[in-house]
Amino acid sequence: MVEVLDDRRRASGAQQPHARWVRISHGIVTASLLTLAFTGFVILMAHPRLYWGEVGNDLTPALFELPISRNYQHGGWDKSTPFFQNAAGPISANRTYDIFNQNGWGRSLHFLAAWWLVLPGAIYLVAGIFGGHFRSHIWPKVTELAPRLIWRDVVNHLRLRIPPASGGPHYGLMQKLAYSLVVFVAAPLMAATGLAMSPAVTAAFPSLLRLFGGFQSARTIHFFTFVALLLFVLVHVVMVIQSGFRRQIRAMTVGD
Amino acid sequence: MKTTGLITRRQAIVAGLASVGGLVLARHPKDLPPTYGNLLRMGDTFTYAAHRGLLPHQSLVKEYRHADITSFPATGTTNPGVSEKSALGDAYRQLQSGAFADWRLSVEGRVTTPRSFSLAELKQLPSRTQITRHTCEEGWTAIGQWTGVPLSRVLDAAGIQPAARFVVFHSYDDWVDCIDLVDALHPQTILAHGMNGRDLPIQHGAPVRLRVERQLGYKSMKYLRRIVVSDEFDDGGKKGNIQNGWAWYTGI
Repeated sequence: MVEVLDDRRRASGAQQPHARWVRISHGIVTASLLTLAFTGFVILMAHPRLYWGEVGNDLTPALFELPISRNYQHGGWDKSTPFFQNAAGPISANRTYDIFNQNGWGRSLHFLAAWWLVLPGAIYLVAGIFGGHFRSHIWPKVTELAPRLIWRDVVNHLRLRIPPASGGPHYGLMQKLAYSLVVFVAAPLMAATGLAMSPAVTAAFPSLLRLFGGFQSARTIHFFTFVALLLFVLVHVVMVIQSGFRRQIRAMTVGD
Repeated sequence: MKTTGLITRRQAIVAGLASVGGLVLARHPKDLPPTYGNLLRMGDTFTYAAHRGLLPHQSLVKEYRHADITSFPATGTTNPGVSEKSALGDAYRQLQSGAFADWRLSVEGRVTTPRSFSLAELKQLPSRTQITRHTCEEGWTAIGQWTGVPLSRVLDAAGIQPAARFVVFHSYDDWVDCIDLVDALHPQTILAHGMNGRDLPIQHGAPVRLRVERQLGYKSMKYLRRIVVSDEFDDGGKKGNIQNGWAWYTGI
């Protein structure tokens, strides 16, 4: 009890704690991102080949193929038949292989989690822009962006000199840049490339497909943005542990 | 003063979200698929309501040039005459041996004149040819050219009744699925009898398959045999997507 009061005093004195709406948003986004990452991987396992452009399938060349399920290079295809006179042109072939496919629940859970990211995410963006949260805490100040300061922060990170947790939104330069990239680049890109894979949405907004260069390009960008977000989450968790795990978790959940 | 401003903004956000939510969810309950008390189906239904409430109903999918046609895998059932160990499989084999001259597509249910069409009769109706992208739930895509009769024309010929809400399809590989009237009457929803300039091959759904271009591939049912116009949602039971663990609406 005394400890808690001490923490509160420290927080109110030197530092402000995380606002309640920030803590709630963080909780929802965490749950939704973990679900999206898991189901996204399950969906990718059904067809672990990535392509560029509008079209890609087992009968066309892939950019690369990931060995993440029994579907990897399964080769279970019947003799191919050409559609036209030209034997080197487009072909068809019957699949004879029983593929791994858990997309029934995988896809539905993915989209359910996506709603929980997109709707609260939209509220977070509007509240953050108009409430001053981004200006005060997330966007780097112009004075912080001096090459000397950037260099110093990079060197400090490389030497693993992590300042102890403040328990509130008092962020370093690299941290601000990373959060800005995630909130304003990676997350919107994830949503936009996701929508570019929806046949109903792209019928209404064909510019989405033009923007990303086609359905399969959007799918590939969706995958690489996921990889970038995964790296962010790994570094984020390591930093939380390094800077005082218990303190940080308390600050982002109960808020003291 | 600042506090007052914040509350107003918060109220504005809440009001905005509530109106979007209202727009999305204010639909006749009979128009929505059941959720079966299942969290995943609730998400599917929310997506369906959002698409129908927020997206234009008549927008067309992109159509490609002939040079864009690509290789096209045949997955799922590739010949019901071989895979269906039932009367349906036998019937399909028999039809296939007669080049589908005896095949008939019945159109029944909530229509003024239930009737059936032979392949020749369907081919005589004004057709539409479209080169579109097939999007499989697995993640692959393929571009093909489809020739067929707009479903709306066939439904018009049978006289669709005002009570109709869904169009149910039955296939020779013993599958049952339905689409709503927005998709059923969409100009690119066709009963395709031709693919890439020839008769529809067996592995792609001969003699006639459905094309529902604004949804994923598995909604474009192959090997059609029967169409039932219904005033109620029909999940197809054991022969339908939902009991097999798949979403009914796949515009996403």
